[in-house]
Amino acid sequence: MDLIWEGLRKALELLLTLDPEVLRITLLSLKVSGLATLLSVILGLGLALGVALNEFPGKRLVIALLNTGMGLPPVVVGLFVTVLLWRNGPLGFLGILYTPAAIILAQAVIATPIVAGLGLAAFQHLPPGLRLQILSLGATRTQMVWMLLREARLPLLAAVMAGFGGVISEVGASIMVGGNLKGSTRVLTTATVMETSRGNFDVAFALSFILLLLTFGVNALLTHLQQRERPR
Amino acid sequence: MSAPETLLEAKNLVVRRGGVPVLQVTDLALHRGEVLALIGPNGAGKTSLMLALAALLEADGSLSFEGEALKAPAMRQAYRRRVTMVFQEPHLFDTTVHENLAAGLRWRGLPSRVRDERIQTSAARFGISHLLDRSARRLSGGEAQRTALARAFALNPEILFLDEPFSALDPPTRAGLLEDLGRILSETRTTAVFATHDQGEATRLAHRLAVMSAGRIVQEGSLAQVMNHPEDPFVAAYVGMETLAQGRVRAAVDGLLTLDVGSRAIWALGDAAPGQAVLVGIRPEHVTLSLQTDNTSSARNQLPGTVTKIIPCGPFHRIELDCGFELSAWVTPQSLSELALEPGRPVVAAFKATAVHLIRTGGADTEL
Repeated sequence: MDLIWEGLRKALELLLTLDPEVLRITLLSLKVSGLATLLSVILGLGLALGVALNEFPGKRLVIALLNTGMGLPPVVVGLFVTVLLWRNGPLGFLGILYTPAAIILAQAVIATPIVAGLGLAAFQHLPPGLRLQILSLGATRTQMVWMLLREARLPLLAAVMAGFGGVISEVGASIMVGGNLKGSTRVLTTATVMETSRGNFDVAFALSFILLLLTFGVNALLTHLQQRERPR
Repeated sequence: MSAPETLLEAKNLVVRRGGVPVLQVTDLALHRGEVLALIGPNGAGKTSLMLALAALLEADGSLSFEGEALKAPAMRQAYRRRVTMVFQEPHLFDTTVHENLAAGLRWRGLPSRVRDERIQTSAARFGISHLLDRSARRLSGGEAQRTALARAFALNPEILFLDEPFSALDPPTRAGLLEDLGRILSETRTTAVFATHDQGEATRLAHRLAVMSAGRIVQEGSLAQVMNHPEDPFVAAYVGMETLAQGRVRAAVDGLLTLDVGSRAIWALGDAAPGQAVLVGIRPEHVTLSLQTDNTSSARNQLPGTVTKIIPCGPFHRIELDCGFELSAWVTPQSLSELALEPGRPVVAAFKATAVHLIRTGGADTEL
C-alpha cells in the first residue's frame, strides 16, 4: 500500500511542480493519441459509412474483418509498422521511424478498426427507413450523411472514446515504432514501463495516475459533448 | 370541364430485387389535386411503387413530372425537393418537434422567418403547436405520426406520398388522424398517393383506387368504379365484395338475366349468354334484411334464408346467411335487435338486380 500512496504523493508533486519532463511526456501522449484518434475517426467513420450505406458483394466479410480488427494486438501492429517504415521498407523513404509521427501512424492503425467497427454498428442500429425518410424530406447526400451522424451521435462518440482509450493505453506499438527516446518519443505508457523496469515504482505510479487523469479528462469532455443538446 | 392535368406519369416501371422483378407497372398517371390510393395485401408492391414514384428507389422505365422525364440525378434531387413521403414509422429525429419540422426547410435553405411561419402553420393544422418544444422521443404514437405529417406538410409538397401512415396506431387514434388528414388534404388540395391495406381508409381519403397484387396493378379506376365493378375475384374480395358465388346464366331477356346460384335463381342486369359461367358478387351494404317478403319493394331479389353467423364489426354487424348460397349483409345494432337476429332465425334477404355484379369466370368483367 505504501508504494501506492508514495506514487500518489509523487504524482501530485510532479503535477504541482509542473515537472518539465513529465509535462512534456504528458503533452506528447495527448498530442500523439489525440491525432491518432482524429485520423481514425476520419478513416473509421468514412469506412463505416461506406459499408453501411452501400450494398456490395463481400459486405459481410468486410464487416467480419472490421470486427476482427477491433482486437488487433498492438505488438502485431507495431511489428508491421516498423517493417513498413524500416529504412529499406516500402515507406522507409518517409524517414519517420522512431519519431512521434510513427507512433501516430501505428496508433491510428490500432484505433481505426475500433472506430469503424463500433461506428458501423451505430449506423446499422439506426432505423432502416431513416435514410429514405431524410432523402424524402429533400436532403442532398451530404445533408443525409450529416443527419445520420447526428442521429447516431451517442454511439459514435462512444466509438471515439473507445478508439482514444485503445491508443492512449497501448504500449507495445509505441515502444516498437517510437523507441521510447527521451525528449522525442517517450509517452506516458512507455515511460511507465521503463520506470517500472528500473524499479522506480513511485515515478511509475505517478505516471500511471497522470495517465488515468488524462484519460478521464478526455472522456469527460467527450461525454459532455455526447450528452449535451439532448432535448428533455 | 377541362381534362385533369397529369402531374406525374410512370411508364413501364420495373423494380428488381436480386434480379427478380418485384414491381411491374406499365402505366400509371397521377393528376393534380387528386388522392390516389394503392391498396393491396402486404407484399403486393405498394411500398416499392411509392418509393419508385418518389424517386427514392432506382427503377427501370420512365418517370415524368409535369411532362419532364426524371433521368439525371440532379433532376431527381430537384424533384425530391418538390415532393415528400410519410412512412409507416414516423422516423422522427432525436431533437425537438420544432427542429423536426425545421429540418427539410433548413435543407432547402429557407430563411428562418419563412421557416417559422411554415412550422407554426403546419403545427397548428395538425394540433401539435403545444408540443413544438418537446423532445420527439417523448411523444405518443399518435403525436409522433402527427409530427411526421406536419413535417411533410410544412414543405408544401406538390405530391405527398403516404405509406400506410396509420397502420401502427390504435383504432381511436387512427380514426382521429384519418379525419384530420382527409380535411387537410382537401383544404390544401394536395396531390397525394396513399398506400394502405385497409379499404375503409382508402374510401375515406381517395378519389381513385389502384388495387395491387404481386407487384402489379390489377385494377385502377375511380372509387365507385373499382368498389362496385371489380374486374376479378381478387379485386372483388379485396374491395369488400363479401359475397362471391359461382353461378350460371339460365336466361337472358333484354338485358335482364336469370342466374342459377347455388339452389336459387336470382335476377341481375347485364349482357351474357345463357349457359355462361359467372362469378356473382354482391356488396354486403347492398343487402337488406326483413322478416317477410315485401311485395311493395323494387328489389327484384327477395330470398328466404337462415342466419348462420353474426359477427360484430365495429359500428355494424356482419350477418352471414344461407340463402341457397352464402350471402353476407351488414346491419346496424338497432336492426339486429329490432329483427331479433340470431343464428337459426329465418329472414328474407333483398337486393336489387342492379346490385349484382358479374365477373365472367376466367374472362373479362361484364357490367350489370
